[in-house]
Amino acid sequence: MPDALLTEETVSAAVDAAIAAIDAAGDTAALKSARIAHTGEASALARLNATIRDLPPADKPLAGKLVGQARGRVNAAIAARESVLAQVERAALLQAERVDLTAAPLRYRAGARHPLTLVRETVEDVFIAMGWEIAEGPELEHEWFNFDALNIDPDHPARSPQDTLFVEPIGAHLVMRTQTSPVQVRSLIERGAPLYVLGPGRVYRTDEIDATHLPVFNQFEGIAIDRGLTMAHLRGTLEHLARRMFGDAARIRLRPNFFPFTEPSAEMDVWHPSAKGGARWIEWGGCGMVHPNVLRAAGLDPQEFQGFAFGLGIERTLQFAEGLSDMRDMIEGDVRFAAQWGLVTR
Amino acid sequence: MRVPLSWLAEWADLPAGTSPDALHAALVRVGFEEEAVHGGEISGPVVVGEVLELTPEPQKNGKTIRWCSVRVAPEGLRAADGGEAVRGIVCGAGNFVVGDKVVVTLPGTVLPGPFPIAARKTYGHVSDGMIASARELGLSDETAPASVGGILRLTEIGLDPEVGTDAIALLGLDDAAVEINVTPDRGYALSIRGVAREYAASTGAAFRDPALAVSPPSTDDGAVRVHVDDATPIRGRAGSTVFVTRVVRGIDPAAPTPGWLAGRLRLAGVRSISLAVDITNYVMLELGQPLHGYDLAALTGDTLGVRRAKPGEPLTTLDGRQRVLDAEDLVITDGSGPIGLAGVMGGATTEISATTTDVVIEAANFDPVSIGRTARRHKLPSEASRRFERGVDPAVARAAAQRAVDLLVELAGGVADPGQTWFDAAEPPASVLLAPEAVLHRTGAAISEAETVAALEAIGATVAVGDDGYLVLPPTWRRDLREAVDVVEEVVRIVGYDRIPSVLPVAPPGRGLTRSQRLRRSIGTALAVGGAFEVQSYPLVSAEQQAAFAPGASMRVANPLDASAPLLRRSLLPGLLDAVRRNRARGLTDLALFEAGLVFLPVEGVAYGTAELPPIGARPAPALLTRIQEDLPPQPSHVAVVLSGDRTPKGPGQAAVPVDWQDAVEAAMRIGAAVGVEVRFRQEVEPVGFHPTRSAEVMAGGDVETVVGVVGELLPGSVEDVPGRVAAVEIDVDALIRVAPAEIGFTPISTMPAATQDVSLVVAEVIPAGEVLEAFVTGAGPLLEAIDLVDDYRGAGLPEGAKSLTFALRFRAPDRTLTAAEATAAKEAGVAVTTARLGAHLRE
Repeated sequence: MPDALLTEETVSAAVDAAIAAIDAAGDTAALKSARIAHTGEASALARLNATIRDLPPADKPLAGKLVGQARGRVNAAIAARESVLAQVERAALLQAERVDLTAAPLRYRAGARHPLTLVRETVEDVFIAMGWEIAEGPELEHEWFNFDALNIDPDHPARSPQDTLFVEPIGAHLVMRTQTSPVQVRSLIERGAPLYVLGPGRVYRTDEIDATHLPVFNQFEGIAIDRGLTMAHLRGTLEHLARRMFGDAARIRLRPNFFPFTEPSAEMDVWHPSAKGGARWIEWGGCGMVHPNVLRAAGLDPQEFQGFAFGLGIERTLQFAEGLSDMRDMIEGDVRFAAQWGLVTR
Repeated sequence: MRVPLSWLAEWADLPAGTSPDALHAALVRVGFEEEAVHGGEISGPVVVGEVLELTPEPQKNGKTIRWCSVRVAPEGLRAADGGEAVRGIVCGAGNFVVGDKVVVTLPGTVLPGPFPIAARKTYGHVSDGMIASARELGLSDETAPASVGGILRLTEIGLDPEVGTDAIALLGLDDAAVEINVTPDRGYALSIRGVAREYAASTGAAFRDPALAVSPPSTDDGAVRVHVDDATPIRGRAGSTVFVTRVVRGIDPAAPTPGWLAGRLRLAGVRSISLAVDITNYVMLELGQPLHGYDLAALTGDTLGVRRAKPGEPLTTLDGRQRVLDAEDLVITDGSGPIGLAGVMGGATTEISATTTDVVIEAANFDPVSIGRTARRHKLPSEASRRFERGVDPAVARAAAQRAVDLLVELAGGVADPGQTWFDAAEPPASVLLAPEAVLHRTGAAISEAETVAALEAIGATVAVGDDGYLVLPPTWRRDLREAVDVVEEVVRIVGYDRIPSVLPVAPPGRGLTRSQRLRRSIGTALAVGGAFEVQSYPLVSAEQQAAFAPGASMRVANPLDASAPLLRRSLLPGLLDAVRRNRARGLTDLALFEAGLVFLPVEGVAYGTAELPPIGARPAPALLTRIQEDLPPQPSHVAVVLSGDRTPKGPGQAAVPVDWQDAVEAAMRIGAAVGVEVRFRQEVEPVGFHPTRSAEVMAGGDVETVVGVVGELLPGSVEDVPGRVAAVEIDVDALIRVAPAEIGFTPISTMPAATQDVSLVVAEVIPAGEVLEAFVTGAGPLLEAIDLVDDYRGAGLPEGAKSLTFALRFRAPDRTLTAAEATAAKEAGVAVTTARLGAHLRE
């Protein structure tokens, strides 16, 4: 084919043809073909360019500029088209990668802390925030700490095998602690007064298991010994705790009762404003002013120091705070039980 | 203690129409917890009937009903509901015969429920009323044990009333009793006398002391003498301080117990036996003084003795059981030897029988400790021992004896001897001084002098107000009032605990949780976040369970609830495996459970505890106190995790991955990380109960490496009812925290570029990768920032018995860009140490 004459018209026609082909390219392969056809050595523009060498020298610059501009326009069109096609193809690729996130295979399973632990920590934090400290003691305890130091007479019925687990050999005076109260005296002996201490832990009784009794359960023992503490401070402390555990409308009622280690002694009821089946009073635990003999056992002068103590069941607290009907669920280890609390402290 | 309302009303002004609930509320206020309400819910025509005819009629449903003709009114009279005197009644029970006296609830009666009775058609007859069972009448089984579940036959409870008698009055069914819990310090409230006084103190109602309503003599001239001999008192306390006897002759042994008396006993929960015995029980309930009646004719000699038993001495108690006595038991004797366990139960030979006409009444006071021990030793808790254990008023004995004498004379037709035997060595109560502000200082309640005096007088104390406070003489029945604080409680109890204000105390600043407490919380959170569920298991195990994972010296509970599980756990694993089984039984199979708790690790051959038990109210001597504090078996805090089932469940594009040793290793590392410790594993010792080649000891600690636990797969197939592999780790948290670094030892972060390389080392298969890694780290020096095992290759291209371990290495200098040559030199230094220590060489 004879070469066309290099004129503005022929160049423009070649550019128009090239741009038409580029814009028509539907994918990168088509664009590549268009690029080869319209910018390659066999392309119209290349052939027109080749004719420059035969032009008179005076015409060469203008012709070169004409072809150069034409090539620029074509290359720009290719670049623009390339960008458009890349975006389309990337979008198509991303579409092709669609997954159903709700069908993910299970890799993570959340565990749970036991709600008794969560309640225990909640209560601990209430007292830590008031400046109290947390004390612990042995579960296998010397009989003196569990009974005598607490002013419990050697012939008190609670000291019989009907109520207390004794550890062999019998003459060694070892028992499974029946209450967290031994922590009172251990703390007093180890730390002295003033003392503001909460002692949570497991205790052992000879109770048969039923919906409201467990032979091994958890308690808190609270003891505050200082100068000038009264039963009013006991009520105030319990009321503060009650509001944290049962809501702002909770309050405390004290009823006279008897414990060898407190005088006066009281049974404490808590008004549970959101109890299952309606607001009501719930027996929560025992409390009172620490008996002078307990202070004497720790070597303190009851004339100088006095204070209060209280004991609460953690299982009972959990039972009422959450409206649980059967305590046995707490010790069976069924994962569906703890799972309902998960990791979250109330 | 059950308190019939009508009885209480005799001695305290109970407003008419006081409900059991209102009485409960008044008593709760002064410290008597409410237990229950008994009786008082029956109204309408309830009468005594006599069964005239009885025809059994078998039914299609297999039951047999009895079609009865019952006389419910004397001949010629109308019945209480205005109907016929003889009625036809259908009855389902079969425990009665023609001629029996029974209770008939005529139409119009309302039984507890409420359950109204009407004439109704049933089994082809019109049943014109109902023959009532004890239970339907609200009578407890103990008052009519032979009639449990059946018709109440009045002869069985000692009654033979006229036909037509109002059974409500006869049985006291219109009266109600409130049951209250009496705390051990208030023995005096195990009586109508005590409760009436408390009711009066609570409400301000008038109180009349029943002990003052009789006039006993003040002489000691009775026909039956007493000789008290106590050479070996328990804890220095005299066995008997008061002993009164009275004699009533010529009673009618067949005289029936009047309905009012039987009704009150029944409401109080005491069975009617015979008039004389019922009278002693009645007086005990009214005055709180246990009485014992003897048949004078059965006594040998004319003197009752009180002494300690000879060891092994036999006695047949009136329940017919032969008892072997202990040297601590206090016995009553006559010329023949022991005739009763003092204050607990009388003997069979001298008890009041159906032929007794001359009665000796004993009203004594016995030591609470002695009686308590005897009652427990012989497993014989009785109404008497319950009272003596809690303390009986030593000053009420003569009044109680007089009251019994009066009733025997009045109801049984006896004649009382004028004389009385009266031994009295009771110590009078001691006064307590209550400082003027003592109540305020202990309770925060501001209570006036007048209120204080009134409260103390209400409980029976005598009060003298002086400059230094209140001089309080407690009443004879309040031996619990010994110190000022005891009196403080009485004042605030009577004025009301609601007078105590509410004040939040301000504690000195605290130190927060201890480090150990914080770290233990961290472990629990880390494990739960990692997918494990916390459980709390039962800490007593069987010998087999103990031997399975933690054989060794064990603490043993002497009186375990379950005799097969007497040992205190040395490991948490048995409890966790129980929980695994329980979950599996409920269809939950993929399990990761953990527990944090104490284990008990006595050391073989070490004796714990002390032979000494110091007394109450004093700090023990320093050396003894130290032993009491510390001579206990170690009780470290452990944490354990048990995994079973699939670690990763089957899912779309995901195969199920069953649990194996790697999960236990991961859990161990998680526990370590939670307290800032990098744990290591040493496969030299095979932990008991674990797979011998898939388990290790968990090691921790820098300079001194310590064993802190065990980890791996449990012995395959060893866990009953749990198929597949079970992985477990148990760590001594106390030991772990002891080696946990208290400080971080911060290294500045280098921002220089890193150089990464791999190294493949060929070593003998038996050499643990951990040792190779450790050797390499030692040799490579501080430029090695990180090293990870990325491949463990065995097979073609390697010598027999060798493996190739490939580690990815990251080198970095703190202050400069590392050259490739420097990194390579460090790597070669690492390789050199592995070669020297373990014979490793670079893989070609």
